[in-house]
Amino acid sequence: MNRFLGGLFALLIALGLWQAIVSLSDVPRFILPPPALVFETWMANRALLAEHTLVTATEIALGLLIGGALGIATAMALAASEIARVTMRPVLVFTQALPVFALAPILTLWLGFGLGSKIAMAVLIIYFPITSAFFDGLMRTPSGFLDLARTMGASRSSTLWHIRVPAALPALGSGLRLAAVYAPIGAVIGEWVGSSQGLGYLMLLANGRAKTDLMFAALFTLGLLSIALYLAVNWITLAWLRRHTPGA
Amino acid sequence: MSAPGVRFAGSADHAGAPLFSGIALDLVAGGWTCLLGVSGVGKTTILRMIAGLETGATFTGTIEAADRGALEGRVAYMAQSDLLLPWATVRENVTIGARLRGERADMARADRLVAEVGLADHAGRKPHALSGGQRQRVALARTLMEDREIILLDEPFSALDARTRAEMQELAYDLLKGRTVLLVTHDPGEAARLADRIVVMTEARTVEAEPPNTPAPRAFGDPELLQAQARLMTMLRSE
Ligand SMILES: Nc1ncnc2c1ncn2[C@@H]1O[C@H](COP(=O)(O)OP(=O)(O)OP(=O)(O)O)[C@@H](O)[C@H]1O
Ligand SMILES: [Mg+2]
Repeated sequence: MNRFLGGLFALLIALGLWQAIVSLSDVPRFILPPPALVFETWMANRALLAEHTLVTATEIALGLLIGGALGIATAMALAASEIARVTMRPVLVFTQALPVFALAPILTLWLGFGLGSKIAMAVLIIYFPITSAFFDGLMRTPSGFLDLARTMGASRSSTLWHIRVPAALPALGSGLRLAAVYAPIGAVIGEWVGSSQGLGYLMLLANGRAKTDLMFAALFTLGLLSIALYLAVNWITLAWLRRHTPGA
Repeated sequence: MSAPGVRFAGSADHAGAPLFSGIALDLVAGGWTCLLGVSGVGKTTILRMIAGLETGATFTGTIEAADRGALEGRVAYMAQSDLLLPWATVRENVTIGARLRGERADMARADRLVAEVGLADHAGRKPHALSGGQRQRVALARTLMEDREIILLDEPFSALDARTRAEMQELAYDLLKGRTVLLVTHDPGEAARLADRIVVMTEARTVEAEPPNTPAPRAFGDPELLQAQARLMTMLRSE
């Protein structure tokens, strides 16, 4: 509750400063609209914003699901097989070294203006953090557990499944929380490069028509969406981990 | 059960730096052998070698069961830390071996063992909700669940309070009856209480100390035990 109050306090200060800048200087409205106007626009365009929010939220959610599944599968393949490590590590490092933003135009060309290219962007941007967080966890199994499995006559695959994966779940949780922060970035960049829907698209559209108040309203909605997403993923992973590995 | 004796004889080095040599350790078939020696002399290394685990040291010599059979699959190893899986309940921890081998766990037997170590009421708990002594008892039940002939115990009771330790010694002695047990301990009293054979190791040799004549586990006031403990203490200080 204290944290909530602190956040509210910081927000009020920021709004006050914003209003002060607008009233004390004569910044034109199309450069920096006053907060009250942004709020008015936000309320007036509720339906429009909701419609575009739904699109962006869908892109992010599907990106998280697909990127999460791919990252988990890759990390397990890497942990299970030496060959996979040798061949796929360089590929992974290369995909990470390549700025994902640079791929956005190509993805739009290949996958079109619809959901596909935005989901692909979100997937690309979260794939590496999830893979590397989970893989690190899988490679850091306490050695005593591995010794135990060995003396019990476990196969490599059952050791992976019964020991290494459960021991790496806290690490996967951190990867997923990180991904929740990155995924909206991927979706919005995808929308900027080419789309006809979504909050990123709406921002560009409003900007082009000098409707700065609407742009700010879309930006705030995006911020709220991202925070809500992060809080949800955070809460789910932590609650689940507390049940799974208490005291960890 | 007729558990075999085990012979461990030879020397070991870490990348050319000698760790120990001239070691001859014969485990009593179906009985308790206690191994003592200063910290860092290589006791855990010996246990891990018998268990077929990685030690980082190079060994020259023989490790064999007296019946000439392979050791693999006949050894259970209980390390100093309990190694309970934090995400698994007591019952799941006790049956982890079967799951790791892809077998069906004998749940009735698991429940019986959990009850025998006095944790029937805690079978559904996870390790974080148990005390150190209770965790050690779960580890003992897990070791028993494996039903191996040769049991290696690395200071399993050293972190327990005196009363719990005494209870654990009796429990382990009772439940491991008939198996070949190697117990590493720093406590001469523990060795004198439980051992059929007492071996003290230094980096250059092994020496046997005479165990008490009375049957184990010996009572604390047993004069034989006290004398053996005194003899052992003198020996440890002179070696
Ligand atoms: N990878 C390694 N390289 C070099 N030396 C090592 C390595 N691993 C262990 N040692 C050394 O081997 C020696 C034996 O270790 P070990 O754990 O077997 O001793 P211990 O007799 O069980 O001691 P304690 O009573 O303290 O448990 C130690 O001196 C340790 O420093
Ligand atoms: Mg040791």
